[in-house]
Amino acid sequence: MGTDLFPPPLPTRDHALVLLRQMLLIRHFEERCAELYTQQKIRGFLHLYTGEEAVAVGVMQALDPRDAVVSTYREHGHALARGIAPGAIMAEMFGRREGCSGGRGGSMHLFDAATRFYGGGAIVGGGLPVAVGLALADRMQGRPQVSCCFFGEGAAAEGEFHESMNLAQLWRLPVLFVCENNLYAMGSALSITESSADFTRKASGYGMAAGAVDGMDVLAVENSARAAVQAIRAGNGPFLLEARTYRFRAHSMFDPELYRSREEVEHWREHGPLITLTRRLREAGLFAEEDFQALTREVEAEVEQAVAFAEAGTWEPVEDLCRFVYSEVERA
Amino acid sequence: MALITYREALRHALAEEIQRDENVVILGEEVAEYDGAYKVTEGLWKKFGDKRVCDTPISEAAFIGMGIGASMLGLRPVMELMFWSFATVAWDQIVNNAGFVRYMSGGLINCPIVIRGPANGGTNVGATHSHTPENMLANIPGLKVVCPATAYDAKGLLKSAIRDNDPVMFMENTLLYGEKWEVPEEEYVIPLGVADLKREGTDVSLIAHGRAALTALKAAELLAAEHDISAEVLDLRSIRPLDEEAILRTVRKTHRAVLIEENKPFCGVDAQISSLLMEKAFDDLDAPVLRISAIDAPAIYSPKVEVKQLPRPTDVVAKVLSLF
Ligand SMILES: Cc1ncc(C[n+]2csc(CCOP(=O)(O)OP(=O)(O)O)c2C)c(N)n1
Repeated sequence: MGTDLFPPPLPTRDHALVLLRQMLLIRHFEERCAELYTQQKIRGFLHLYTGEEAVAVGVMQALDPRDAVVSTYREHGHALARGIAPGAIMAEMFGRREGCSGGRGGSMHLFDAATRFYGGGAIVGGGLPVAVGLALADRMQGRPQVSCCFFGEGAAAEGEFHESMNLAQLWRLPVLFVCENNLYAMGSALSITESSADFTRKASGYGMAAGAVDGMDVLAVENSARAAVQAIRAGNGPFLLEARTYRFRAHSMFDPELYRSREEVEHWREHGPLITLTRRLREAGLFAEEDFQALTREVEAEVEQAVAFAEAGTWEPVEDLCRFVYSEVERA
Repeated sequence: MALITYREALRHALAEEIQRDENVVILGEEVAEYDGAYKVTEGLWKKFGDKRVCDTPISEAAFIGMGIGASMLGLRPVMELMFWSFATVAWDQIVNNAGFVRYMSGGLINCPIVIRGPANGGTNVGATHSHTPENMLANIPGLKVVCPATAYDAKGLLKSAIRDNDPVMFMENTLLYGEKWEVPEEEYVIPLGVADLKREGTDVSLIAHGRAALTALKAAELLAAEHDISAEVLDLRSIRPLDEEAILRTVRKTHRAVLIEENKPFCGVDAQISSLLMEKAFDDLDAPVLRISAIDAPAIYSPKVEVKQLPRPTDVVAKVLSLF
């Protein structure tokens, strides 16, 4: 599926603005998180999605609300694009009870059953088998859903990646594996961690259909994801989509970024997802500067509301700490 | 003596052992070019090169297993886990291969590997990154487990661990990496399995390991200053081998024991120590043995709550007062 070769069709203006708004929301949310981290409102580890917005936003377009999503510790973008309320995500990072995980998970462990968002997982590779299992349950219980699993390319070095690929293909389970290839796993460039950096060929090794897409082009991502999801729903088994992207910021808040040059980061920023989409829309006459400004004002207000919601949140009393270690319901 | 950080003490131990024995190699994620996620190996790759300090992909099962295999032929790999939490991915290798190869081969095969990295809660990184698996690993006959609390102990114990012919699980603490202690300039090693009496006292024995030993020391100061109670602090340093003699000695002296650990209580290290005291010091005790540990739930992220999840000096003081 070489979608890269064909420019994706132009969206309607309304749809384009939906995509742009979501990407802008993620961008502003993440930049605000960085500030809040330096103010120590957010603690622990914080991995920002800045630069990779097109992947989450494009792929989510292809899913329906009953499909399941599994992500990593770099999951704020997925959570926002999936429709979890920004306030619930921010409150989670503030450690408040009103957070989507009750303040127990933090930035790396966002969960939301209502949007079928099954984490937020901080163990590299740990989400893949879970996505396979969600797909198994959907199939066994007769639901026509797809499970979508996001992971970084670094996870392909883990056994869980390979075991999941094999199992999903062997049982032809409805899983969309989305490999977010941002070229670095922490400080390690792909070339020092992978003997072969072609992720679609890894899928082929398991007999799985696969394709790569420009992860900076939200229209291309959406297009590829729609095609992949359609094939999966048609019963063709799992699919691996490699989205070629780049993280603009450091790996986490403790990363001096000595492993890559400023020029390299600058180059990617100039080809970032917001620039790529707005340029295309402007050329097609679908979009004007005022649109960008209006959307920016909207998302800024939304992020500030999220911060205010988080600030107003409450702390879990320490006496409750042992709740939900086990089920509070006797039996099913 | 020089005042150096826990992190530097570990680094010095690694550098000295690399220079002492050409079979010592460091392997792990981001240990070389990146200088280590927590900068323990900072500068070592520049100094000793690719043959001695190597970056691995994110493949804990494979690289830990690889280190185990290499150790069987005489290398002395020091494997860094970015967090001990990620050992879960390499569990089979650690338990079945490192733990049992000597025994299953009828004593034929050595496995002189060290696996080291931080194992602690208290940093708001959530349940998946806050494991303290010393009790789980000490449950495996064949593995040795070490939890140093100070820079001095970290250095001397790491050097012994590297020279040891058995697999040693070496557990550090991210909250201690930047803390400073006096460490001698000249070379020294600390044998595995020897506890350290960190404070002498007469009224109660506080027995702890890892960072909890420092909590115990602070509690002992409070007890002396505010309650006129003289607490003795015994730092286990190694969990396995366990210095049973030192534990019995202090309890026979003070007749009271409060056990402190940052681990979870259920089947924790201190359950083992309680059982030891029950069997061998029952008649010496003037009060029941009490325990303080982390609250028995996965580590919570919420920073305001997590501080209360781990034992604090005031918790220890309250527990001790309940004995008098
Ligand atoms: C099993 C495991 N090993 C190591 C880590 C530490 N770690 C966290 S993120 C990361 C890099 C992952 O890179 P990649 O999968 O490419 O995702 P990215 O961070 O680039 O989004 C590492 C090594 C971890 N969380 N889990």
